[in-house]
Amino acid sequence: MNDTLPRAQKYPRLNSKGDGVFRTIIVGLSLLIALTFILSIILLTVQSWPAIKAFGLGFLFTNVWNPPQNQFGAMSMVMGTLLTSFCALIISVPLAIASALYVAEYAPKWLANPVGYLIELLAAVPSVVYGLWALFMLKPLFQKIQLALYMGNPELTARCAELFNTGKTNLQCFFMPQVPTGLGFALAVTILTIMILPFTASVARDVIRLVPSDQREAMYALGATKWEVISRAILPYARAGIMGGIILALGRALGETLAVAMVIGNTPELLKSVWAPTATMASMIANEFGDAREGLHRSSVVSLGLILFFVSVVVNLLARSIIVRLTPKGM
Amino acid sequence: MTVSQPSTAARPRQSTNLSSGRKTKNAFMGFLIALGTICVVAPLILIFGFLLYKGVGALNLSFFTKTPAPEGEAGGGWANAITGSLMILGIATVIGVIIGVAGGLFLAEFPRHKLMRTIRSLSDILSGIPAIVMGLVVYALVVKPMGHFSALAGGIALGLLMIPIVVRTTEEVLKLVPLSVREAGLALGLPQWKVIMSVVLPAASSGIITGIILAVSRVAGEAAPLLFTAFGSNLINYYKPLQPASALPLEIYKGATSAFEENQRMAQAGALLLILLIFLASMLARFMNKPKQ
Repeated sequence: MNDTLPRAQKYPRLNSKGDGVFRTIIVGLSLLIALTFILSIILLTVQSWPAIKAFGLGFLFTNVWNPPQNQFGAMSMVMGTLLTSFCALIISVPLAIASALYVAEYAPKWLANPVGYLIELLAAVPSVVYGLWALFMLKPLFQKIQLALYMGNPELTARCAELFNTGKTNLQCFFMPQVPTGLGFALAVTILTIMILPFTASVARDVIRLVPSDQREAMYALGATKWEVISRAILPYARAGIMGGIILALGRALGETLAVAMVIGNTPELLKSVWAPTATMASMIANEFGDAREGLHRSSVVSLGLILFFVSVVVNLLARSIIVRLTPKGM
Repeated sequence: MTVSQPSTAARPRQSTNLSSGRKTKNAFMGFLIALGTICVVAPLILIFGFLLYKGVGALNLSFFTKTPAPEGEAGGGWANAITGSLMILGIATVIGVIIGVAGGLFLAEFPRHKLMRTIRSLSDILSGIPAIVMGLVVYALVVKPMGHFSALAGGIALGLLMIPIVVRTTEEVLKLVPLSVREAGLALGLPQWKVIMSVVLPAASSGIITGIILAVSRVAGEAAPLLFTAFGSNLINYYKPLQPASALPLEIYKGATSAFEENQRMAQAGALLLILLIFLASMLARFMNKPKQ
């Protein structure tokens, strides 16, 4: 189709000046898209320049966030973003693929459509609504679990509290709560998992539906069970698309802001326990930008935005190259 | 020969009478897949049920007509947020539709243009930029030069977020319009711009409108980019786009994180309203897209 479309373009001179004007308007408006991208880089860089000048690359690898002393380093937030996103991804991917397989392979038609639609609606729920639900419904639940852990083993709790105070942790304490508030890493990962599920799920469903039925029938003809067909014929065929969906979900998770900001506790510290409060880059921006009037503080917050910007560009490019590389030939 | 005979004879038997291990594995994986699906769908039902249970009580007339009561006090409404949301989304839609549809037209109708690939990649990349980062960009672009927060800035931020979504759907829908339709127009001697504007676009209009509805409903729930652009306001400011304004998601964020039970209750009602509107929009989009297929 792409090859035949330009035929219309071959004869622009035959027609009125209108074509030239029209083309200029369309190209001009489209250039605004490019301008947005370039302006974003320039504006973010200019605003974060004081921080870049003051801290350099060390900004990424320093674990300090001290506005009164004007000392800023993003390591805890970078780690927070990466850890929350990857944990959410690890939990959500099997679930998402399961639901995609169910909708595409198992469910009867009368059930497949509503379930597919529900998953799409899940993607439409706004971030703040997820955050609100997590605060009022999941937080009390998590708090109960934490309290049980906290009270259940007073000796360990005391030992861990001492350890946490020195800023360290060990394997045993890593699963003990610091303060049983309910807020923290575990809750953030839970809500992120739920939020990114529909992205992987709907992409996976679409690509699984695109797998030619020859593939399935050939496997069935060999006497394979349904699961064998799925695991050896369908999933390998659809892997490029599914990977693309996973990376798309990763992009979402990395930039997810308010739901995480509402439940993670926003403490710019390295993770000491799965229950402990920490912060992500996005949650830190949401929380600190308004208060950060001081030059270097504000500039450091914007630097977090600049990092997020580049991370999401890289993730996007990665997703596309993975899709190209993993797509089976002839698809 | 006698050695190989039994093995070939046994093979077909094996494939009809599945070994119990394969059978169990098949059933077990089927069970896991069904369980996984339930895990995926359950949160939506839980969220919706929770909001209905908690929020419907506070959704009364004064919710729609009054401005917020003083912090922590009962009564009041979210008229400021509703009108603010409408105004901000109006501004965003104008920006998103004009640039987005033009961008989609460019990608679909001028595929040989040398900038086409660049624009498509940049639009793709922009769709992945976190909304809060867009808020920072618009803060530097609009709020800082103006010196104060405004609904206009919020609208621009949401509009920029809409553009890539509208570009993508417009391009896809335009490519579905058959070439013969274009050729018929050109054969009548119409200039290309007229063919596009009065033949191709109308043919694709229902798909484009669907895309626009989806884009609007996507950004309608965004609070992060509004934090430092529209900022929020307790006044009904819908006729003053250069003043700060509130929006539903913004008030939900403030209410949910507030320490006052009254504000939390309003936030739950607001969340119910927002989610209902978004579901309604997505159903409308689905309905509009149906007859074509």
